[in-house]
Amino acid sequence: MTAEALTTILIAMLGGAIRVSTPFIFVALGETLTEKSGRINLGLEGNLVLGAMVAYAISFQTGSPWLGVLAAGFSGVFLGLMHGVICSLKKVNDIAVGIAMMSFGIGVAFFFGKPYIQPSAPRLESLPLGGWSSNTALEQALEINPLFIVGILIAFVMWWALANTRVGLVVRMTGDSEPAARAMGINPIKVRILATAAGGFLAGIGGAFLSLSYPGSWNEGLSSGQGLMAVALVIFARWNPLRCIIAALLFGAAGALGPALQSVGISQGYYFFNAAPYILTLFIMVAASGRNSARAAPGELSIAK
Amino acid sequence: MAQAETTFVKTASFDTARLRASLEAVAIPLGALIASAVIFSVFLLVLGKSPAQFFQLVWRGGFGTSFSFQNTLQRAAPLILTGLAFAIPARIGLVMIGAEGALVMGGFAAAALAIPLVSAEAPVYLTMALMILIAMLAGGAWNAIAGWLKHSRGVNETISTLLLTYIAIAIMNFFVEGALRDPASQNKPSTMPIGKDYMVGNIAGTDVHWGLVFGLVLAVALQILMSRTTFGFAARVTGGNPRAALAQGLPVGGLIVVCSAIAGACAGLAGYFEVAAIHGQANASLVAGYGFTGILVAFLARHNPLMIVPVAIMFGAIEASGGLIQRRMDMPDATALVLQGIIFVVLLASDSLYGRFAIFQPKLGTERT
Repeated sequence: MTAEALTTILIAMLGGAIRVSTPFIFVALGETLTEKSGRINLGLEGNLVLGAMVAYAISFQTGSPWLGVLAAGFSGVFLGLMHGVICSLKKVNDIAVGIAMMSFGIGVAFFFGKPYIQPSAPRLESLPLGGWSSNTALEQALEINPLFIVGILIAFVMWWALANTRVGLVVRMTGDSEPAARAMGINPIKVRILATAAGGFLAGIGGAFLSLSYPGSWNEGLSSGQGLMAVALVIFARWNPLRCIIAALLFGAAGALGPALQSVGISQGYYFFNAAPYILTLFIMVAASGRNSARAAPGELSIAK
Repeated sequence: MAQAETTFVKTASFDTARLRASLEAVAIPLGALIASAVIFSVFLLVLGKSPAQFFQLVWRGGFGTSFSFQNTLQRAAPLILTGLAFAIPARIGLVMIGAEGALVMGGFAAAALAIPLVSAEAPVYLTMALMILIAMLAGGAWNAIAGWLKHSRGVNETISTLLLTYIAIAIMNFFVEGALRDPASQNKPSTMPIGKDYMVGNIAGTDVHWGLVFGLVLAVALQILMSRTTFGFAARVTGGNPRAALAQGLPVGGLIVVCSAIAGACAGLAGYFEVAAIHGQANASLVAGYGFTGILVAFLARHNPLMIVPVAIMFGAIEASGGLIQRRMDMPDATALVLQGIIFVVLLASDSLYGRFAIFQPKLGTERT
């Protein structure tokens, strides 16, 4: 392989990583927040798909993609609240409820999304941050969507807030030890419902990116499990919002491997490279199953027990 | 029911305690179904549709004529198998949602094996038997990976089975779009058709393929395995308390791997029938969501293999009536998904009701469970 081809692949992977990683960043941050409070929401796939549909529909109806993004967030709050409230009932398993919420969210999205498969809605404009480069491939790779930047900002804010604010302390304490939280006069159920709703908001925005930026249209095959992989991403990121960015970029790059190889004429195994992010996740989960990762997990989390 | 089976002090009224627990296990899911129907009716009313018409059409499209009932049974067959694929690991305490992937693996392996056998004109029944065998082995081995990772490395089985599903679909696509592609399949890349002679026919006098019979037999066999054998007892103990099971010296790892393999084999068999009785070849049509609907079927049946059969038939009817509802009520095919989603959510919420109704509880003091 020539150096030129290698550069092309690397640039394509960089561009792909930035494009593909944005929904991963949002779902991973949403899941981190929920899990920090001691609950798992396996239903973020539903938030992602419903968010994508709502964002596209609102953008089409109002002409404003940003209004679509906001609406997608609130559709995520709706699903998150449902998950949070149902899991607060006694004897209810949060993982199973997540599966149910996923099927409910996807069902609702497909039901109301039928009329929006054909029409074209206004998308989110990308910022041409690669204008300084004479390399057109690099220029294209650096056409960055504003939501990518928003996601990174949220990651930094969440990282800071979890460590330094009262709200962050309350969330962490609820997730680490319910008795301790109760002793402090905190209502763990309320904290968890709110954390799941807020996590749902972020996942909904991740969905908006799918339909309004990349791939950039609404159809029923839009999401391919990004919402479910969030749970694995968070384990890999060890419940740290900043590591979520790295994890998301890594997954984005893995997902971009197939198309990047195709761009230099290596199309053999294209369909197999599609599996790269899933295989990577599986390996990471096997590798992360050691003690290090378990120590970083919030104590009340059902998968950590 | 599980509580009743762990009774160690047999009292005179043991049977009424058992009966009350079984009644509870039927009454609460039934109540959840009715509540879901009410919520869904409100949903329809808000949209200006008639709930009465909807349920009437489900009845007519699912059970109304012998044609529609056979259509229902046809769709129930894979749901029984994928329902079993969720229920068996659930009994040992695992939440495995990879039936879709095991189904794809099984169906694809069977179709791939058929290619040389069919071109060599191997005997029909031998070919069928080998295809069934490879489908069950492929599905079983695929799901067993997740069981093994769970036991040896503590990898969460819910996530790993889901990842394995995506990987299975990618593997099938890789071959179906490449080495094993039938050049004649233009728009929908597929493997070579297995040919009419090698396809599974219908049960005599019906339009229902043999997958239904396999599903029924497996449901009965697995019911016996899980409730009447030492293996089933050990699996239930492990599901109830893994640490106690380990302390008892039960081979927990082996039990987990075997239960995962049984589950995958059931789903793989469903894949075989999708290939050999419906599509005639392996292609993207295998990814039809049977694996995911099976999860709901198993939950409604409370992971009881025999109860899975009627529940699968009910969901088969909902799917069979989909076309009729689309045409008559002008509603999208996702209507069934919304209904399933509502049932799923309400059903899980109803888990908190167990033990709340005095009528289902054995009288304290006279019985111990």
